[in-house]
Amino acid sequence: MKKFLFLFIGLIICANLSAQDKPVAFKGALIYPITSQPIQNGIVIVQNGKIIAVGDASLKIPSDAVITDAKGKVIMPGIVDTHSHLGGPEGGDYSAALNPDARAFDAINPTSDGFKKALAGGLTTLNIMPGSGHLMSGQTVYVKMREAKVMEDLIILNEKGLFGGMKMANGTNPMRGTGGFPATRAKSAAMDRDLFTKAKEYKNKIDKAAKDSSKLPERDLRLEPLVEVLEGKRVVHFHTHKENDILTAIRLIKEFGFRAVLHHVSEGWKVSNEIAKSGVPCSIIVIESPGGKLEAMDYSSTNGAALSNAGVLTGFHTDDGVTDSRLLIRAAAMSVRAGMDKEKALEALTINGAKMLDLSSRIGSLEKGKDADFIILSGDPFSLYTKVEQTWVEGKKRYDITNPADKAFLVGGFKVYSSQREEYMNHEDEIGN
Amino acid sequence: MKLVINKSTKKNQMKNLYQILIGLLVMPFIAHSQTAIKAEIIYTVSGAAIKNGVVLIKDGKIERVGTAKEIDIPKNYTVVTSKVVTPGFIDARSVVGLSGALNIPTDQDQLEKSSPIQPELRAIDAYNPEEKLVAYVREFGVTTMHTGHGIGALVSGQTMVVKTKSGKIDEVTLVPMEMLAMTIGASVEGNFTSPGTKAKQIAMIRTEFLKAQAYLQKQNDKDTAKRPAIDLKYEALSKLLKGEVKALITVNSSNDIMNAIRLAKEFNFKLVIDGAAEAYRLIDEIKACKAEVILHSTMSRNAGDMINMTRESAAILTAANIQVSIETGFEGYVPKTHVLLFEAALAVTYGLPYEEGLKSITLNPAKLLGIDKRVGSIEKGKDADLVLFDGDPFEYLTKVSKVMIDGQWVSKN
Repeated sequence: MKKFLFLFIGLIICANLSAQDKPVAFKGALIYPITSQPIQNGIVIVQNGKIIAVGDASLKIPSDAVITDAKGKVIMPGIVDTHSHLGGPEGGDYSAALNPDARAFDAINPTSDGFKKALAGGLTTLNIMPGSGHLMSGQTVYVKMREAKVMEDLIILNEKGLFGGMKMANGTNPMRGTGGFPATRAKSAAMDRDLFTKAKEYKNKIDKAAKDSSKLPERDLRLEPLVEVLEGKRVVHFHTHKENDILTAIRLIKEFGFRAVLHHVSEGWKVSNEIAKSGVPCSIIVIESPGGKLEAMDYSSTNGAALSNAGVLTGFHTDDGVTDSRLLIRAAAMSVRAGMDKEKALEALTINGAKMLDLSSRIGSLEKGKDADFIILSGDPFSLYTKVEQTWVEGKKRYDITNPADKAFLVGGFKVYSSQREEYMNHEDEIGN
Repeated sequence: MKLVINKSTKKNQMKNLYQILIGLLVMPFIAHSQTAIKAEIIYTVSGAAIKNGVVLIKDGKIERVGTAKEIDIPKNYTVVTSKVVTPGFIDARSVVGLSGALNIPTDQDQLEKSSPIQPELRAIDAYNPEEKLVAYVREFGVTTMHTGHGIGALVSGQTMVVKTKSGKIDEVTLVPMEMLAMTIGASVEGNFTSPGTKAKQIAMIRTEFLKAQAYLQKQNDKDTAKRPAIDLKYEALSKLLKGEVKALITVNSSNDIMNAIRLAKEFNFKLVIDGAAEAYRLIDEIKACKAEVILHSTMSRNAGDMINMTRESAAILTAANIQVSIETGFEGYVPKTHVLLFEAALAVTYGLPYEEGLKSITLNPAKLLGIDKRVGSIEKGKDADLVLFDGDPFEYLTKVSKVMIDGQWVSKN
């Protein structure tokens, strides 16, 4: 397992070293660094995939730098989508309710044109999750929107040395009632607890064998990732909607001491103080109307305001195809419309998502030393009329609205999208309650 | 409010007396409901926008509209000020009110799957004016809605036009039978064992339409004895063949749009192309057959039959002089409905001129639905259906401040 990880680290470092290029400076824009105050008429300089400087007009630009005039534009960090289904991820196959061994990594098509759609929306990092319909549908994948041929090109290792979390769900979503699936909420929690109890025992055996590897238990692909969960390395991404289900998720999180992010959280506004007290972050979805399923009847676009005001670390997600990757910035705007603080909404699009994925040392803000993931906007991030003009990932321009081939993925058109079937299928899967 | 004078029986005299009494009681309230709206911008839609304008409302109708200089507001009018006023929005095609927010069998009446062709199903028998989503879309300025049977059957049933206000079905209905809802496409095959292919879909429609033609011919027989027994299915299809109602055919791919056009030519009915994801590829063909277009929501997904959709469709069709009405259409899951205002707004950012964006959800659908004498613009004599905004209606951070239907405030604020 560890060797496998080092291999990935090696590959990523190689990719970065090969990109020895001239510094590129963007001059004159309104810059939202996110972790510090906005800078009018600011400068961002990037080189070799990293941000080397951010500052106001007085910042010294290296003499060999390629200077881009960004007057009148807005520059902010690339957007982090904390819950996406682009690329056709798969997890559990309904043969069992709990599938910690299934990895979305093994299913995603790294060349999916869905990723072009994400770039058109200014998304640079995604947490791609297996579809739901299971108590635990499998391991998620953290990816960067790099040029890719194979999955290894896409993944990003986080501060815990992992490139994904674990997808769980409660409420009606996994309650199928047949084939080993729970039919009630109590049974759902009992099945979760049973598995985590086994994982705890397994972890104890491993801990006891620390000094004598001959005592190590047999490898168990189902329990290994859960040991990472119990160690606080692998974050659980927990799909939950209703007030009572939210509290049940928090109860499980506390009982087994793992780290988690609550996802969707339609009724979060009802229990925002309880969520805040638990310290569990929330990744929320912004939808056009309540309902469509019973659990979303009390959905409110005031969720972003309620949660962030209560002090909950709040992020946004597309759940693409439930909502569209090209419209995630709009989700933040709609939350501001419903009362969310603008500054908090910008954080929710960027640094908060980065924190949820244990990636905030690398992404989520414009700071010296961080990955050069940023977007250039034509204007105010919360205006209808603003367009994402460029999306940069690790110092490479991956989307440019002036390039017709790129713009096509923003607009659509005849034979623009070809491999959307997989995402469509996934949406259908997702909607199966 | 019309007092009907009946034959002078004692019972009727009493009834008349009551009606007059009720009338007298109600009159002061009506007088109170006389309203003047002062606004920085009034988008009349039928004419140029009026800066610093006034709309006078009396007895549920627009009494006058003009600049503040032209119009003296009578003393007994309640004055409301707003930044922006637009006509009430008209959703060109929705299933809200038949398809409820709960999305459980008891609130899903938009699609009857017992048979793929059921033109006899009336929307008025199913519409629920108190459905949560009706109130929801009303808060975003939708005052009139073309709703009814959904997509997914060759002929799913009838549609109707309603005001989105709360009330008894007869009170909210503008047009009880507006069109016949039809679908050609992959969704039909998912809902029925047969048709299972595209060719079979068209064959089944043609077969029924031929039967309807024969039925209509026999119904016109001078010898009443030779006329067939009343058949509700063919009665409904006859209305289509006689041109009394239009066919609302949901078709998105190019070949399905052409299938709809061929059917309209063969059976000589009035065609509304709904969905129309690839209509931008068939502009000449659509113009040649004089079909009207209702365009899918701008936020629709590039998937399935709509894989080739473009967000520029409204702009492209409008530029080609095809009048576009934007719809919220149908959503099967979360979210259960789109918001019409936001769909037009997005189309405006993809090249649709601003005022055309407003037209696509007001006057254009009013014309398409044949209700433009009543609604669709801010003009003297039209229903007082208005939406008030605290800024640019399309902008993300602008809010709908008030909604009026028939001269009455209907929004929460």
